[in-house]
Amino acid sequence: MKAAAKKWIKFIASAVIVVVTLSLLQAILMPKYSVDGPLEGAFVAEYYGEAKDHDVIFVGDCEVYENFSPIVLWRDYGINSYIRGSADQYIYQSYYLLEDTLRYETPKVVVFNVQALDPKREAEAKEAYNRMSIDGMKWSPSKIGAINSSMLEDEQFLDYVFPILRYHSRWSELSKTDFTHMFKSEKVSHNGYLMKVGVKPAENVPEGKPLPSYEFTEKAWKHLDMMVELCEKKGIKLLLIKAPSLYPYWYPEYDQQVVEYAKEHNLTYINFLDIQDETGVDYTKDTYDGGLHMNVEGAEKLASWLGKYLTENMGLTDRRGESDLASRWLDKIELYEKDKKEKYEEYEKEKEKTEAN
Amino acid sequence: MLFTSYEFLGFCAVLLLLYYIIPKKAQWPLLLIASYAFYFIAGPQFLPFIAATTLTVYLTARVMQSIADKQSAYLKAHKEELSKEEKKIFKDKQKRKKLFWFVLCLLLNLGILATVKYANFFITNINSALTSFGSKNVLSFVNVIIPLGISFYTFQSIGYLIDVYRGTVKAEKNVFKYALFVSFFPQLVQGPIGRYGDMSETLYTPHKFDSKQVGFGLERVLWGYFKKVVIADRLFVAVSTMIGDPSTYNGAYSIVIMLFYTIQLYADFTGGIDITIGLAESMGIRLSENFDRPYFSKSLKEYWRRWHISMCSWFRDYLFYPVSVSKPMQGITKFSKKVFGDKVGKRIPLYLSSAIVWFSTGIWHGASWNFIVWGMANFAVLMISEEFEPLYKKFNDKFKFTKSFPYTLFRILRTFALVCALNLFDCYVSIATTGKIFFSAFGASNYHVLFDGSLLKLGLTSLDYIIILCGVLLMLTVSLLKGRGSVREQIFRLPYPVRFMIYYGLFLIIILMGAYGIGYDASQFIYNQF
Repeated sequence: MKAAAKKWIKFIASAVIVVVTLSLLQAILMPKYSVDGPLEGAFVAEYYGEAKDHDVIFVGDCEVYENFSPIVLWRDYGINSYIRGSADQYIYQSYYLLEDTLRYETPKVVVFNVQALDPKREAEAKEAYNRMSIDGMKWSPSKIGAINSSMLEDEQFLDYVFPILRYHSRWSELSKTDFTHMFKSEKVSHNGYLMKVGVKPAENVPEGKPLPSYEFTEKAWKHLDMMVELCEKKGIKLLLIKAPSLYPYWYPEYDQQVVEYAKEHNLTYINFLDIQDETGVDYTKDTYDGGLHMNVEGAEKLASWLGKYLTENMGLTDRRGESDLASRWLDKIELYEKDKKEKYEEYEKEKEKTEAN
Repeated sequence: MLFTSYEFLGFCAVLLLLYYIIPKKAQWPLLLIASYAFYFIAGPQFLPFIAATTLTVYLTARVMQSIADKQSAYLKAHKEELSKEEKKIFKDKQKRKKLFWFVLCLLLNLGILATVKYANFFITNINSALTSFGSKNVLSFVNVIIPLGISFYTFQSIGYLIDVYRGTVKAEKNVFKYALFVSFFPQLVQGPIGRYGDMSETLYTPHKFDSKQVGFGLERVLWGYFKKVVIADRLFVAVSTMIGDPSTYNGAYSIVIMLFYTIQLYADFTGGIDITIGLAESMGIRLSENFDRPYFSKSLKEYWRRWHISMCSWFRDYLFYPVSVSKPMQGITKFSKKVFGDKVGKRIPLYLSSAIVWFSTGIWHGASWNFIVWGMANFAVLMISEEFEPLYKKFNDKFKFTKSFPYTLFRILRTFALVCALNLFDCYVSIATTGKIFFSAFGASNYHVLFDGSLLKLGLTSLDYIIILCGVLLMLTVSLLKGRGSVREQIFRLPYPVRFMIYYGLFLIIILMGAYGIGYDASQFIYNQF
């Protein structure tokens, strides 16, 4: 009896040591996106810390998380929105992030940026983007679906289950933040929006090179169908948009396919590239990287236009009268303005330095 | 399914669990199912090949056994009636029958091996010959797949066939048991090449769960993975960089290539065998050892007794001895003794048999001339050493220092250097390149690359080199400790917390410092290719 107990104690103690040390090592080795960057890797996990009663959920890549400011949507229209964005998000990741979101809340409108259908993007998929989209997701069937649909040939499911297996070699490049941020991360977005300041006018944006095929892949169509079905099932209005990024090139052939799909499924599709006059986006002032993404001015303009559209056409009501919500947003706006101010100051300094050189 | 894949680890974990849960009599059938599943996962197209070898060898062995049994029964029944001469005639007749089936099966299986592994090599050489004679017609290459582990399972099967032919083992009656002997998955891809006489007992008998035995087995598996993923796969990065660009990496780099590749080969091959033997051991199955601290050898002859033991003993027992005592060789012995006298004459057949063995060893490793030349180079060094043996003996007897540790160490290092040089033939397909790289090491003008940080441009960082160095020192320590007996027994005698720290420490080193996953090119075991 004594010997058996001793054996069990040994076994349990060993197991505890193994689990604890491996968990600690994993926490140390995971990339600390929120402090060491790329900041995009921190967005997905940030959502879980939010109160979940949003009217609008955006899903998509940098064309949403850098191009629409949820702060303006609230400030000007009382729309409570959140962007579930990640870098180079593929349609199947958009779908599973949406599915994951709907586990917690049911928004009135889902805005999906159709750039995620780009077949070129799927063909050039990178593991790093998969990681940034998936690592931050909480475990659920949606995460499993996201992994299975995203994994590249040299990726392994087990590496997502035990990220220590993926990041094991980071031991040689650990920094102080890997220890200070083992169990915490900094907030880097404003309801999923990544603020950028500065101006780099769009000049000589190249036309897209002819492609052998412009057809969206079967996988892309399948996940778009799934998204439509999911929204229908939950009674959510799905709004398809093409954000006004000038590059990667949005081929007319791509656009035509979306137009037809939207018509067939009775969906609204807005191509922001076609309504530049209405949105007021000025590519000489409102972009920080030559037309690829909006700066904060551009993102505010687009949000302002979209807020109006959503209010007038999608039946969204002004919720600024809800005191709890308004108080939450007050803090967010304060943080947003502070961030904007700091970023502008930093930008001006950099500008002066460059000019001096 | 690579040994280093998660799938393999999962496969083994499930198998081990099932192995000890199911009734004991079902253990070997489970291993057979697992082995065929493993082979199926590796490529369903390979299955007909291993099945063909299994069935043909099984049936031939059964036919030969039946002939042998009938012969014994007949001789027993007619012991009194038959004269010595009649018995001899009868035996010869039976032997011829056996020989017919034996040769038929041998040719069939060697034919399969030759077709899938060597057909394109032969065609390449025939085409070269045709072109050099001005012919414009060349043979087209055949599109064949090389089944996983074909060299290993074919040799294992032929060994069994020869044993049954000689009557040293009885033919297995149960085709499924025999199929397991051929396909036992841990040893299928890189050996050790098993003998039926050694394996039949351990493979088919039921095994009770023994925590010490399972622990020892898994400990060895862990050690194997350490050697493979921490050392071999890390060195692979630098070795493949250098081998891939001989015009840049020559001169002083040649020394680095020879040294790194020799360490990589050791860590890779012994690591793979550790995984194989450890896995089998955890299921109660004892496989024969394939290495005996080969880099501690004091001569090349000794090295080949301690390196890839199962292959060397296979060639010795199934090729060298039969060739040495064959009728043509006896004829050559007579002839050479007549021409060169007794002393020299009796060595010629020995050298001829050795040359055949080393040619076969070379070509067994791969269907290209570099392996053949590698085999013949080993043969040349061994024969020269053999000739100088009396001189060495005299020298060793005369000088006492030859028994000292420094001199022994010198001999070990000399043998190691020789092995490093011979291994260079493994690295390049072109013999001319091998020659250039080897000779460029002498009097090279770029020795500075060994010290000026150039080695950090081979895909490895200084931390990688530190890990390799520590890994090599650990392998060396373990090899030295082996001299005092089983290292695992030594560890087992330690208090549990210390033991746990050793096991878990090794596990963590593999997890953290292993050269696996994205960022490292997956390298299969070097011996999988043979």
